[in-house]
Amino acid sequence: MKWIDYENAKTVDEAVKILSQSGGKARPMAGGTDLIVQLRVKDPRVDADVVVNVKDIPELNELSYSTTKGLTIGAAVPCHKIYNDSNVITHYPALIDSASLIGGTQIQGRASLGGNLCNAAPSGDSIPNLVAHNGVATLAGPNGTREVAVEDVCTGPRQTCIGKDEILVSINLPNPGEGFGANYIRFIPRNEMDIAVVGAGVSVNISGGKFTAAKVSLASVAPTPISVPNAISALVGESVGDGPIQNAANAAKEAAKPISDMRGTAEYRKHLCEVLTRRALNTAVERAQGGK
Amino acid sequence: MPAKTHVTTTINGEQVDFLCEPRQSLLECLRDVIGLTGTKEGCNDGNCGACTVNMDGRIVTSCLVLGVEAEGANIETIEGVADGSNLHPLQLAFLENAALQCGICTPGFILSSKALLEQNPNPTEHEIRFWLANNLCRCTGYDKIVRAVQDAAKRMQEA
Repeated sequence: MKWIDYENAKTVDEAVKILSQSGGKARPMAGGTDLIVQLRVKDPRVDADVVVNVKDIPELNELSYSTTKGLTIGAAVPCHKIYNDSNVITHYPALIDSASLIGGTQIQGRASLGGNLCNAAPSGDSIPNLVAHNGVATLAGPNGTREVAVEDVCTGPRQTCIGKDEILVSINLPNPGEGFGANYIRFIPRNEMDIAVVGAGVSVNISGGKFTAAKVSLASVAPTPISVPNAISALVGESVGDGPIQNAANAAKEAAKPISDMRGTAEYRKHLCEVLTRRALNTAVERAQGGK
Repeated sequence: MPAKTHVTTTINGEQVDFLCEPRQSLLECLRDVIGLTGTKEGCNDGNCGACTVNMDGRIVTSCLVLGVEAEGANIETIEGVADGSNLHPLQLAFLENAALQCGICTPGFILSSKALLEQNPNPTEHEIRFWLANNLCRCTGYDKIVRAVQDAAKRMQEA
C-alpha cells in the first residue's frame, strides 16, 4: 500500500474541513472493510492520500428512534449494533435482513450501512433495503447539510452524488406507520459470505385489505441499485393477493438491465428478479399483517 | 518518509506502545512490529478470518483494521487465550477433537468461537456455522471444528 496519512476527526466540521483542504484526495473511513481493501490492492481503486476516521464523531454514531422522526442511523454505526438494537428489532425488523448478512461476524463488527451506501456497489446489500424503507441520507459539506433520498445517492458503479468535500452523516428511515412490512432477500450460491447475484428489497403498506404504498428495489441488475416504479404501480390501490404481487414481480424482471458475468448470466438474473421480488413481497405482506 | 505514529493500546491485558505507519494494518503491527505472530495472515482482504482478533469486545479481521485505530483499544489475540500453561477449554477441545490439521486458521477460529460462547454459551450447530462463516479452513471440512466448539461449550458449562 502506498503511503497514506490518517486523520481522526472528532466533529462533522473537522471532517469536512479535512476533506475540503485535501483537494479531493481524502476519504472518510467508518468500518474500512471496503476502503482498506480498495487502497491495498495492487491497482488501487481509490486515489487517496488521507484517510479520515469518522468513527469518533457523535452524529455518525447515533442510533435513535422516535415516533415523529423515525429511525436515525449514524453513518458509522456498525451492522452488529443495528441488529442488536431494540428499536430496530421492534420497529424496523426488516432492516436486520441486510445488516445480518453483509459479510460475516467479523465484518459486521466494523462495517456500516452508511459505508455500504457510500461504497455504492451495484450489489450493496443494504441499499435496496434502505430504499424500501424510504431512507433519506443527510450529507454535510462546506456549505452546510443537505438531504438526498437514498435511491438517488448512487449514480454509477462505485459512484455517488456525494461530493469529495462532503460526508454522509446519517440515514433517516421515517416512521413506517401501521400496516407496514418489508423484506430483503438475495440469491447467492453459498449460504453466507457472498456477493448477491440478485438482491430484492421491498416494502408494502396495507390498509383495509389494499396496498396503500409499496417500494421495490433491486441490487446487482444494473450499474446501481434500482427502484422499480412499475412494480409500485402494479401494487398500490390493488387488493392484497397473488395477482398484484405477480404483476409487480414481472415488472421487476422487466426493469432489470443486468450484465452477464461470473456470478450469473443476464437471463438468469432477470429470472431471479421475478422469483426474489415475488418471495420478498410475500414475506413483506406477512410481516405487514402481523407475522414476524 | 513522513513520521510514524505512536500508538498506545492494550493487548491481552497489558499496555503496549508501538510505532507504525498509518497505512499498516493492525495485523502487520501485531506480527511485524510487536512480534505477536500467533495471529495469522491469510487472504489479507477480510474473507478468510485467519487474522481474527477481539477488539473492544467484538471480533474483527485485523487485516481490515489500521494499526493506528488500535489507539486506546482493548485487544485480545490468541496469545492471551490460555491462562499461563493452562489451555482454554476451546483450545483443549480443538486438540482433542482433532479440529485442526495445518493450524493456520486455528487462532482465528479460537478467537471467533470464544466470542460466540461468551455471548451464547449453548449455540446450536446452525448458529455455530453461521457465526464462523467468516473463518475458512481448507483442511478439516469444518465438521470437527463445529464438534470441538460444541464440546468446549459443554466443558465450559460444566466448569
